[in-house]
Amino acid sequence: MFFDSDLLMSALRALTPILLAALGGALCERAGVFNIGLEGMMLMGCFTSVATSWFTGSAWLGVLAAALAAAAYSLILAVGAVTLRGDAVVLGIAMNLLAVGLTSFLLRTVFGVQGTFDDPSLAGLPLVGGFTPLAYLAFVAVAVAALMLSRHVWGLRLRGVGEAPDAAATLGVSPAKYKYAAVLISGVLCGLAGAQLALGNVTLFSENMTAGRGWIAVVAVMLGRAAPVGVLLAALLFGLAEAAGFRLQGVGLPQQATDAAPYVVTLVALFLSTARRRRRTANSPSGATT
Amino acid sequence: MTRPPVDPTVELRGITKRFPGTLANDAVDLTVHRGEIHALMGENGAGKSTLMSILYGMERADAGSIRIDGREVTFGDPSAAMAAGLGMVHQSFKLFDSLTVAENVVYAAEPRRFGLLDRAAARRRVRELAEEHGLAVDPDARVGDLPVGLRQRVEILKLLHRGARTLILDEPTAVLTPAEADALFAVLKSLAAQGRTVILVTHKLREVLEGSDKVTVLRDGRVVARLVTADTSADEIAAAMTGRAVDLDRVHAPGTPGDAVLEVTSLTTDAVHDVGLTVHAGEIVGIAGVAGNGQSELVEALAGLRPVTAGQVTLKGRDITHVSATERRAQGLAYVPEDRHAVGTAPAASVADNLAMGHHRTSLSAKGLLPPATVRTHAGRLIERFGIKAATPEVPASALSGGNLQKLLIGRELAHEAPLLLVEQPTRGVDIGAIQNIHDQIVAYRDAGHAVLLVSAELSEIRGLADRVLVMYEGRVTATYTKDEADEQALGLAMAGGAVAPTEAVD
Repeated sequence: MFFDSDLLMSALRALTPILLAALGGALCERAGVFNIGLEGMMLMGCFTSVATSWFTGSAWLGVLAAALAAAAYSLILAVGAVTLRGDAVVLGIAMNLLAVGLTSFLLRTVFGVQGTFDDPSLAGLPLVGGFTPLAYLAFVAVAVAALMLSRHVWGLRLRGVGEAPDAAATLGVSPAKYKYAAVLISGVLCGLAGAQLALGNVTLFSENMTAGRGWIAVVAVMLGRAAPVGVLLAALLFGLAEAAGFRLQGVGLPQQATDAAPYVVTLVALFLSTARRRRRTANSPSGATT
Repeated sequence: MTRPPVDPTVELRGITKRFPGTLANDAVDLTVHRGEIHALMGENGAGKSTLMSILYGMERADAGSIRIDGREVTFGDPSAAMAAGLGMVHQSFKLFDSLTVAENVVYAAEPRRFGLLDRAAARRRVRELAEEHGLAVDPDARVGDLPVGLRQRVEILKLLHRGARTLILDEPTAVLTPAEADALFAVLKSLAAQGRTVILVTHKLREVLEGSDKVTVLRDGRVVARLVTADTSADEIAAAMTGRAVDLDRVHAPGTPGDAVLEVTSLTTDAVHDVGLTVHAGEIVGIAGVAGNGQSELVEALAGLRPVTAGQVTLKGRDITHVSATERRAQGLAYVPEDRHAVGTAPAASVADNLAMGHHRTSLSAKGLLPPATVRTHAGRLIERFGIKAATPEVPASALSGGNLQKLLIGRELAHEAPLLLVEQPTRGVDIGAIQNIHDQIVAYRDAGHAVLLVSAELSEIRGLADRVLVMYEGRVTATYTKDEADEQALGLAMAGGAVAPTEAVD
């Protein structure tokens, strides 16, 4: 049988890092910061978690360090886009490129290896019922984010800041504060996503190991319309695609083709959602917006 | 009627603000008393907005002092001004479209339960305030779905929720129907009667005369008149604003219509339903209507910018229903769009280049090249003919004032000498002086034998210029009037959807 509980399990494992990162991206989106630096932040999390776990022997310290390091790294976006009013897209791309170079360099200087650092004594995250605690945390984070955004005063203000920063400012709400908060939280979540990837899904660090998952998270934000539950569903779609790709290898398809599954799904999903959005804008009445 | 003297609520003394190159406010004194509706008038650039920005803590004055309720204050930002009981409704509303009315009203001053937003309390609060002040609006409606009149109510409710005792409204009626404007003034009067103070920033004379107690007029950053509304007249205020006598509400002589130039039958687009109209040479046909009733879409369809789903459009007898905008222009159509910044001009390009746009296909092109000298002479000619005030033709169009940018746009389009001119909101946000100039140009164009289709939300403009008036409501032409029949009341009623008797049905 192709669809079975194993497939679902592996889909849920594949989903966790994407979901954590996408949740951070969604918060940024709601606050009016287009965050495409998720990939880079996640990669920083991967390396930091592995390095910290290796030197301290504790996977949990690795997780904590990953969250802090990625949050610190996210300051590049916060300072650049919010305080200095730079272009968030350019900053995000720069952060992603820098993260690849920086982690590869650190891999060489800290571990003295190239490509991959892999050691049997590297402490990974424990499994509870087949999943790491971070996987459960991801689902809790969806619920918390949904509640905060829709019901909490903080969420109301954040949504207002994202939609009309001027209006928020005239009411005494500082858009910069909320944007900083959203970007820093996305940093923390991407750090956790990286730790999940490097100490949960596998127990190693290899160069550019995020392999586009941060970009997929960006797409998940768009597909899920930056709503936590929508993002969860989008991430689930990609998780299933990745798991199905693995499964297809067993059927005898070449690995290069099956590895492409999540990316093909991404392209198709993006294309469909854009087409749908364009049709809707074409139908909506114009002229009444002045 | 003069009220018994009471202590002033808002007192500005010697407010001076200098921007590079201009003195925006020059020792301005403004005194507003409790319970008063005080109009602050002046042309664009007279310093009204600067003065209000200073009062509201958005700008800092170079000199002068502000006293609120007798206490001297300095506001570093709007929230400090709000804490002192001031509240401002900006001309462009500061609302969150995707949030509900209740969420907008309580934003940043939310009723809470355990840190969560107490929606029930927010809703209740909106209902209470709405009932108390006659500002009925559904607390659960999404603000983005509301018409502008109701959005404005949300803005006012927002201020009342915060306990504002002095309300500043910046050009509040610019986007309202006459009926909505009347309703607004009824609300303002009842607020004033309760002891709240209203400062009205506007350039519309009629509503100032009807709705205010006192008037302060600014010109070139200085106070040039302090008037008691009951003792003044529109002409006196206009003269103070412009510094010279102006003839308001001038009704131009009718034209002498010739052959049909534009014929539209059963035109239908996404927002226009079954519209038929004819414009003759030597005739101005006016389309009145509140913004958003399909006028813009109609004009866009005629200009070739919006697909037509049914019906036919002919220009001088040739079917242009489905031809491109370029082809329409070649056939003899010129177009002054509503949005002069985004559509009508390229703000970053020079004045000369803006004046050349469109003409690059015709008179300016020399074997596909644009000789700079030709562009310069062309610009010089139009600048002189239409009295456009620009430092040099090389400055970017964005450096021009609204009135001058509009003169540029209208001049450029008139210079095509096209048989048909489509012109939308030709004087929106333009000073009284420039309005006269623009009106004269449009009438002269008609008198030269061209057909003009004029869309305007300004009734006095429609009545002054148009030889025939059509009213659009919800995408349809619901009424037609001759120049004589088109009085303010009939038009106002038809614009609000109350048209029952178009010309044909009267006799």
